[in-house]
Amino acid sequence: MLIKIKNSWDLNENDVTSEAHYLSRRKFIRAAGVLGAGSAANLMIPNLGVSQEELMPGTNMYGGSELRDEQNTLDIITGYNNFYEFGTNKDDPVANAHTLITEPWSVTVDGHCDNPGVYSVEDLVDHSKLEERIYRMRCVEAWSMVIPWAGVSLSEVLNKVKPNSKAKYVYFETLVDKKQMPGQAGNVIKWPYREGLRMDEAMHPLTIMAVGLYGRKLANQNGAPLRLVVPWKYGFKGVKSIVKISFVERKPNTSWMRLAPNEYGFYANVNPKVPHPRWSQAKERRIGDFGRRKTLMFNGYGEQVAYLYDGMNLRRNF
Amino acid sequence: MITLEKVFSLRVLLHLLAIGPVLWLSYQMWLWLSGAPHVLTANPIEYITDFTGRGTVRMLLITLCVTPLAKLGKWRILKYRRLLGLYAFLYGMLHFLNYMVLDYFFDWELIIEDVLERKAITFGMIAFACLIPLAATSFKFMMKKMGKNWQKLHRLIYIITILAVTHNYMMVKADVLVPTIHAMILAILLSYRVYVNWLKYKTSNKKRVA
Repeated sequence: MLIKIKNSWDLNENDVTSEAHYLSRRKFIRAAGVLGAGSAANLMIPNLGVSQEELMPGTNMYGGSELRDEQNTLDIITGYNNFYEFGTNKDDPVANAHTLITEPWSVTVDGHCDNPGVYSVEDLVDHSKLEERIYRMRCVEAWSMVIPWAGVSLSEVLNKVKPNSKAKYVYFETLVDKKQMPGQAGNVIKWPYREGLRMDEAMHPLTIMAVGLYGRKLANQNGAPLRLVVPWKYGFKGVKSIVKISFVERKPNTSWMRLAPNEYGFYANVNPKVPHPRWSQAKERRIGDFGRRKTLMFNGYGEQVAYLYDGMNLRRNF
Repeated sequence: MITLEKVFSLRVLLHLLAIGPVLWLSYQMWLWLSGAPHVLTANPIEYITDFTGRGTVRMLLITLCVTPLAKLGKWRILKYRRLLGLYAFLYGMLHFLNYMVLDYFFDWELIIEDVLERKAITFGMIAFACLIPLAATSFKFMMKKMGKNWQKLHRLIYIITILAVTHNYMMVKADVLVPTIHAMILAILLSYRVYVNWLKYKTSNKKRVA
């Protein structure tokens, strides 16, 4: 018998952004057969909190509003994205990301580790260990979603390349290729997009390298083929379409910090008490909701991660 | 009598062009609220904020274009300035209402904090507050009643537009292309006025010398 032991950070399936949308979407996909055929290689995810069998009976529950949900929330997670490599409007990535070629894909690993080299996605992310993680995603712009990622703990990935004791931080870069990423024609951000974590943050079990969403491969606009997800930090820490992982001694200078150091910090922990200079972070709008809800310290993952920042001034280290 | 000429007049065209985006937005909002597909993205309130904000800035800039165009092109368009200014007020009002009602739903704590502590919001609020007396005194009888003071009061439009463009620039996260274009247009429009006033000053000085 397979017993799913719930972790304290696990959300329930009904926390997922517009569950009805997800259900209707599946139905839509089955009916249309278009998307399903397009991305034939659906991921095999063992031990899911949400299995397809469990979901199907629920479909009927939403019978009344099914059509409406299917239409007005169609592809929320894949249709509303900040991914400036494909344009700065929220609906640009879904329109433009088709030009990204994710197969083959290689990731360069260098710096203070025992096994530097060039790896394929399959080398780094063991598909037999994929888990579904339903996480809240809080954007620094004060909106949020709940997303069922598929991935592995980042520690699993990093342990394969064996960082040594000199590695204090891990640094990531997104692909740079103007042909595949039309948004890079402009200089809104100094490309490549750069992000980083302290080693203890990177090795924390909540931090994942995601390769899928809703049990399927990541859509290009969500950062295919592999992206970082750090659920207690603002969304911009989740660097997408990663081509480089470096183990470094010094705190990396990340993209948004470079752009506006007074507005975006290295830590970028979700913190309702530390406002962005131009707006409050006390509340957020969950996509699909009308009003705002209170933002939770560490995006609600404080029980698991607060110890990482013991004794730190979080106002200064924002 | 309604003649064809009147129906296809510039005034009607301006009304249609100015109200068109509002009607389009209203239609999209109606689709959104009735659950139909719409183009307001998954976060419609954010979309409405951007749309009405940009609309306000553009209507203000268009209003400021009227005088130079009338003079340079010798067109008789000054009479449309008031109409365009009132549309700027309409867009500003929608932007303000969207912020107060849809976005923050009268969350006074957050709104007061925003207005007092965040310069960009302070500028936006001052700009909107200044637009109110201009809209209120835009009727012909007020114009007559106020005499010279009317013109003095309505010079506020320069400060309002500067504040609005600055607010727009400050609120953008990284992609400043659009607000930069707005700022450049404003700079040209203001330079024109400085130039005209300088010419006036020069000629009046010459007269005095003569």
